[in-house]
Amino acid sequence: MKDIIYLDNAATTRMRPAVADAMLPFLTEEYGNPSAVYGLASKSRAAINKVRETIAGTLFARPEEIYFTAGGSEADNWALKAVFEANKDKGNHIITTKIEHHAVLYTCHYLESLGCEVTYLNVDENGRISMDELKRAIRPTTILISVMAANNEIGTLEPIKEIGEIAKKHKIYFHTDAVQAYGQIPISVEECHIDLLSASGHKLNGPKGVGFLYIRKGVKLTSFLHGGAQERGRRAGTENVPGIIGLGRAVELAFEDMEERRQRETELRDYLMEKVMAEIPYVRVNGDRINRLPNNVNFSFQFIEGESLLIMLDMKHICASSGSACTSGSLDPSHVLLAIGLPHEIAHGSLRLTLGYETTKEELDHTVEAIKEIVGKLRDMSPLYEDFIRKHSEREEQ
Amino acid sequence: MYSEKVMDHFQNPRNVGEIEHASGVGTVGNAKCGDIMRIYLDIDENQVIRDAKFKTFGCGAAIATSSMATELVKGKTVQEALAVTNKAVMEALDGLPPVKVHCSLLAEEAIHASLWDYAQKNHITIDGLEEPKTDIHEGEELLE
Repeated sequence: MKDIIYLDNAATTRMRPAVADAMLPFLTEEYGNPSAVYGLASKSRAAINKVRETIAGTLFARPEEIYFTAGGSEADNWALKAVFEANKDKGNHIITTKIEHHAVLYTCHYLESLGCEVTYLNVDENGRISMDELKRAIRPTTILISVMAANNEIGTLEPIKEIGEIAKKHKIYFHTDAVQAYGQIPISVEECHIDLLSASGHKLNGPKGVGFLYIRKGVKLTSFLHGGAQERGRRAGTENVPGIIGLGRAVELAFEDMEERRQRETELRDYLMEKVMAEIPYVRVNGDRINRLPNNVNFSFQFIEGESLLIMLDMKHICASSGSACTSGSLDPSHVLLAIGLPHEIAHGSLRLTLGYETTKEELDHTVEAIKEIVGKLRDMSPLYEDFIRKHSEREEQ
Repeated sequence: MYSEKVMDHFQNPRNVGEIEHASGVGTVGNAKCGDIMRIYLDIDENQVIRDAKFKTFGCGAAIATSSMATELVKGKTVQEALAVTNKAVMEALDGLPPVKVHCSLLAEEAIHASLWDYAQKNHITIDGLEEPKTDIHEGEELLE
């Protein structure tokens, strides 16, 4: 087994060696600025355009509809702010959900301060939005629906095809944050009527600091960065050539083995969920059991707090994450876990494990053993568990 | 993010457990914020704390401050224990990250709450001790 068991692939992933190899020449000898006229630059330019074609192919889009960004957050910011700015004549209403990534949610909060009206759709106990609620939320002034393709914490897949159909019918732009979904499950912008889609390189074993926004031809939005003519004048600044090349190689590899990986990870995911449910009492699985990312597992262990669990896992060289307040930097646990209706104390005891293409069954067995031991230790220390056991035994005596 | 002392008290917490027929028990914090501390005290007839135990639901800092707080009050008189402040707990742990300072305040409150319970049970007053605020979440939420 490796020194570290890395189960935080929704946070970031390890770059595939082939991706680093592809990037290396562009960090060294191929340093030409793609906008320049000489031969050295043309190599960079051609390489970037090839990546544009590769990505377009994976989404059933056109190369000129792919705009490189510095990552998923930038793509989300761009989509929302720029659609709002460019469509004021049509309206000022955006529909999104309560479980979006902060890159969308906080951008919406910011837009509200500029006069935008935002509807935050509820989700059910599995994290899925209701199509009826979506339909009811539509106003004549609605300019954009932004719903994530897959949730980053609980892995729930949203019904983007149905959402796209509704958006199209009402002539409303549809943006999806596909940062977690892209490269894991197939997405067609045609089939799902997606107008804007955000994705990130480092979630699919590519480099950090690079991503893209798909913008359907004809969508009205303002430029994100003003300056040079890069990205057809919509996103100025000399391209992050090595990053884009790495993104392209990572996308190629992710789509090459996507189906095989999906099956393998789904099996491992279900194995992990079932093993934990069978071996540890007072635990629940958060998120939709079926409409779920192949690599996401999210548990809530009752009576314990997530940060303690994470530190103890780290001491056993297991990397994971939690939606507890202590890990979010605020007093409230994750907004996603609260939105699916978890009480605070149960949301605090959450643990997210996200698998990668290198994850093995052996690693998961080892992880379950570690979780079992740690949860037991923390429960022995927990006054909530003490009270629960006391009440339980009192009930039995009666 | 944590000092070595904090990590030591988190990994090897001192005085975890319960005391049967404790002289005083205090529970503070609330599940909403993710921290609950309970401290048990065994106090002899000379008002000296013979033993202290704790149970804590919370982050690494919450567990470490509970552990240190119980260590600091053991062997002290109730009056001396009352003087164990959150600052003392923090100093004994070589500091806490700013976002975790509230954990040390909770530890101080837990000591006060257990002393208050002791005073109530014995119908005595301890100079400078005020009734603790209780904001424990009462509901019991069970998983299906």
